[in-house]
Amino acid sequence: MTARRTGRPLVPAYLSTGGVATPRRGSLERLSVLAATDQPVPQGLPAAQHALLDVLGDGSLTVVESAALLRLPVSAIRVLAAELTDRGLVTSRPPVPAAEPPDPDLLKRVADGLRALKH
Amino acid sequence: MASAPSSTSGLRQPGSGPHLPDTARELVKILVAGPFGVGKTTLIDSVSEITPLHTEEQLTEASVAVDDLAGVRDKTTTTVAIDFGRISLPGGVVLYLFGTPGQERFRSLWDDIAYGALGALVLVDTRRIDDSFDVLGLVEETGLPYAVALNTFPDSRSYTEDQLRAALDLEPGTPMVACDARETNSSIDALLALVQHLIDRSAGT
Repeated sequence: MTARRTGRPLVPAYLSTGGVATPRRGSLERLSVLAATDQPVPQGLPAAQHALLDVLGDGSLTVVESAALLRLPVSAIRVLAAELTDRGLVTSRPPVPAAEPPDPDLLKRVADGLRALKH
Repeated sequence: MASAPSSTSGLRQPGSGPHLPDTARELVKILVAGPFGVGKTTLIDSVSEITPLHTEEQLTEASVAVDDLAGVRDKTTTTVAIDFGRISLPGGVVLYLFGTPGQERFRSLWDDIAYGALGALVLVDTRRIDDSFDVLGLVEETGLPYAVALNTFPDSRSYTEDQLRAALDLEPGTPMVACDARETNSSIDALLALVQHLIDRSAGT
């Protein structure tokens, strides 16, 4: 937990999505990876959608990182990303191939990776 | 808050932006769960390659006003900040750590954050063992595999492992390790105890 930041975000969360509360697609997870496409950005794109494109830049960010950087709730990013995906301006991919329980090989690579970080 | 980070990660990459490394292929998460002030953010900060970020999460809950003269139930929205950090591991795996409060009133938020998590590292302050009961209950209800890390404070009393296991009502197979959440290597060891437990479980089934 951290203390609440001082200063309010430029766009209140409830306005950022134009009043839409739930995304049309339900598949975006906190760790789904978003990236902007190279489609030209149309005139008159809502400011919040523009802000998400700007923060993505030419790299990739997860939903939760986009939320933190834009100071918007995760739920708002889900809506914005879904709208941008519909416009062909953003692509998303799931964090890992779904596996339940997790792939033992993946777990082993996490363990090896953590061990390699010790110093 | 007593658990304010007193050191930053030895793994911080200076100058690296928030964007994912190009090598990122699989993104996984582990919950760092525990009551307020137990050191969740400190642990995340000690291993994260980015300065920990946080999201403001809305909790909507029905509450009854204390001065309830009209008998009106009103709905209040409170906000809780959820911290998270990131570690890019060799081999294209990116590990996210989410600091997750464990009170029952955070249940719906908990379920959303826990979705797809590998497991949970439950941080316990041995000076306030009772504070961890809610978290442990929630982890077990969710069915997430977990390990317990005892965050040691200078004035922590020393208990035997058996005493602590009994007090926390842990199953024999649940790992329990001591940890100094300020120390990068100590935090990594605690995470490794959890991941090794996950590997053992997956081998056993």
